[in-house]
Amino acid sequence: MSTKADSAAREEVVLKGIPASQGIAIGPVFLIHKMDPVIEERSILPEEVGREISRLEQAIARSHKELRKILDFAEKKLSDDKIKIFEAQLMILEDSVLFDSIYGRIRNELKNAEFVVHDEIGKYHRVMLASKDEYTRERAHDVEDVRNRILRNLQEQKLISRLEGSSVIVSYNLTAADALILSRNEVLGYATDIGGVTSHTALVSRALKIPAVVGLRNVSHVVHDADRVILDGYAGRLILNPSAESIKRYEAKRERYHEFEARLAGLRDLPAETLDGRRVDLSANVEFEQELEFIKIQGADGIGLYRSEYLLVGKEVFPSEEEQFEHYKVLAETMYPKRVIIRTFDVGGDKVMMEPVREGNPFLGWRGIRVMLDKPDIFIEQLRAILRASTKKNVSVMFPMISTIEEVRHAKKFLEEAKHQLRNEGVPYDPRIKVGVMIEVPSAAVMAEDMAEEVTFLSVGTNDLIQYLLAVDRGNDIVSDLYQEFHPAVIRFLRRIVERGKKKNAWVGMCGEMAGDPLATILLLGLGLDEFSVVPNVLPEIKKIIRSVKYKEAQRITKRVLTMQTAGEVRTYLKKVMKKKFPDIPID
Amino acid sequence: MIQREVVVKNRAGLHTRPAASLVKLAAKFKSDFFIDKDGFEINGKSIIGVMTLAAEQGSKLALRFTGEDEEQAATAVCELIERGFDEA
Repeated sequence: MSTKADSAAREEVVLKGIPASQGIAIGPVFLIHKMDPVIEERSILPEEVGREISRLEQAIARSHKELRKILDFAEKKLSDDKIKIFEAQLMILEDSVLFDSIYGRIRNELKNAEFVVHDEIGKYHRVMLASKDEYTRERAHDVEDVRNRILRNLQEQKLISRLEGSSVIVSYNLTAADALILSRNEVLGYATDIGGVTSHTALVSRALKIPAVVGLRNVSHVVHDADRVILDGYAGRLILNPSAESIKRYEAKRERYHEFEARLAGLRDLPAETLDGRRVDLSANVEFEQELEFIKIQGADGIGLYRSEYLLVGKEVFPSEEEQFEHYKVLAETMYPKRVIIRTFDVGGDKVMMEPVREGNPFLGWRGIRVMLDKPDIFIEQLRAILRASTKKNVSVMFPMISTIEEVRHAKKFLEEAKHQLRNEGVPYDPRIKVGVMIEVPSAAVMAEDMAEEVTFLSVGTNDLIQYLLAVDRGNDIVSDLYQEFHPAVIRFLRRIVERGKKKNAWVGMCGEMAGDPLATILLLGLGLDEFSVVPNVLPEIKKIIRSVKYKEAQRITKRVLTMQTAGEVRTYLKKVMKKKFPDIPID
Repeated sequence: MIQREVVVKNRAGLHTRPAASLVKLAAKFKSDFFIDKDGFEINGKSIIGVMTLAAEQGSKLALRFTGEDEEQAATAVCELIERGFDEA
């Protein structure tokens, strides 16, 4: 390599992805190539058939052993629905029809085992990949995984499960099995080309508390083995060949987070109350049951948003009433006497969808309450499950993606119907269960006062609200700079929602990302927000800010912000305020 | 040989779990068992085969049983599909 290319290659490069699991990792890359194995077609002699078949038998046995091990490990670390992925793969390994035909072809066609395995399983793989059914297309990856496992064992290659020293794992994609098995080593972090927040890599890394960034597009082509990288699981960035300053900066950032986290632990049992006595609710957004203990440790006032659609991840059908009830009951009982707000299935948009629907613009399409109102059976089942879990009177129900008053009334009718059914069946529930709506569509925000007359609470979903208000798709790199949570229009809009909602005696909370942004805390407090529902890890930080200011002061700061005309002005001002008041709080 | 036509009733269709129950049930019988969907035929005793069918709710399947216990096999398999694979 020439000196010029060399120096070019060492330049610091920042890749943007999706933050999947928090934390900062600094270290060398361990690149995992997941290319299709090279398969050679070879003819064998009739007397070699026996040897070829026993080679294949051994490879299948080894694959079986590996998968069993992965399954055992998964059973200890992951929840039921994720374990199913491995069960399906084991079943394929035990498919005697498939393997009889493979053995038959080796005997009759006199070809090597690798070729026949690749070719025979490939037939099924191709059919599945071409399927119109999305679920079947996804299962094609499981088939491919099994095939590659057998082929690797045939070629007697070792499973890469041991790393030398600690590394950041970089790959096109990681299966749940890969992430899990690799985590037995000193894995500093995971970075993948594809995947979203709900991908296998993301789920597993969060469960294991290892930083991860997914959806980095071409990271596995850009980096080489042993390249130094910084992985920022907070911001969703990978910095290749970081400069000495960058490393220093990130080490400091990591250090700050650690120290800060340790110091915040002391705040756990204290209320989220300002110096002059204004108390707000500081709750947590929850996706998985496994997070409950963590939330309690972090000192949350309850669950401000339980995303019930996460029950659908990896599922083939909507879970039954009974299955849902079991989940909701665990939430209600674990958090009791604290409040749990269960949001009904929010499918569509960028979220889990149970059936493939092609929409030109899914964000403006069939999602949230719109889907549920079209599926009365499923909706009633969910509402029944929520009601049955409400007997301790600490459960509330919330409807997502509301854009009209009719939708609220319609959804409430379904709730009444579910209550009616339970009453007739003599099943207990909380007859005074509280109902709220998400304010995430501008029309609902404009109608906040009327919405508040229909329900007990409003919860602002800032991610969608900002996206719809500013007409910016934040997943679109070309315009994502225009997605500004501090856009004055957003702030003025929020003020309106809070004022109008409270005028009708509804309490107004926020469960979008903005609620968990420390830079926004004082502003939101000053707007009069009653509840902040945030991702669990930022909870102590937000609490500390709330506990260190006066409500009056926050109102003054907010008043000033409301006069500003650009997001830049707002940010600069808030940063200045924060720097002065909280020099130790890390702000990006 | 016995031939039967059935419609997949359960919500999920022949996804992994129902496919597994079907294959396990079929394995209890000696008879050969084939499933034809829109002219595409697979061995009903093979999980990987059944997975490729992508038979969603409402799909029509033509079942073919051949062997000494074909009568019992046909009855048992059709019942399982009719019951919607006992899906909750």
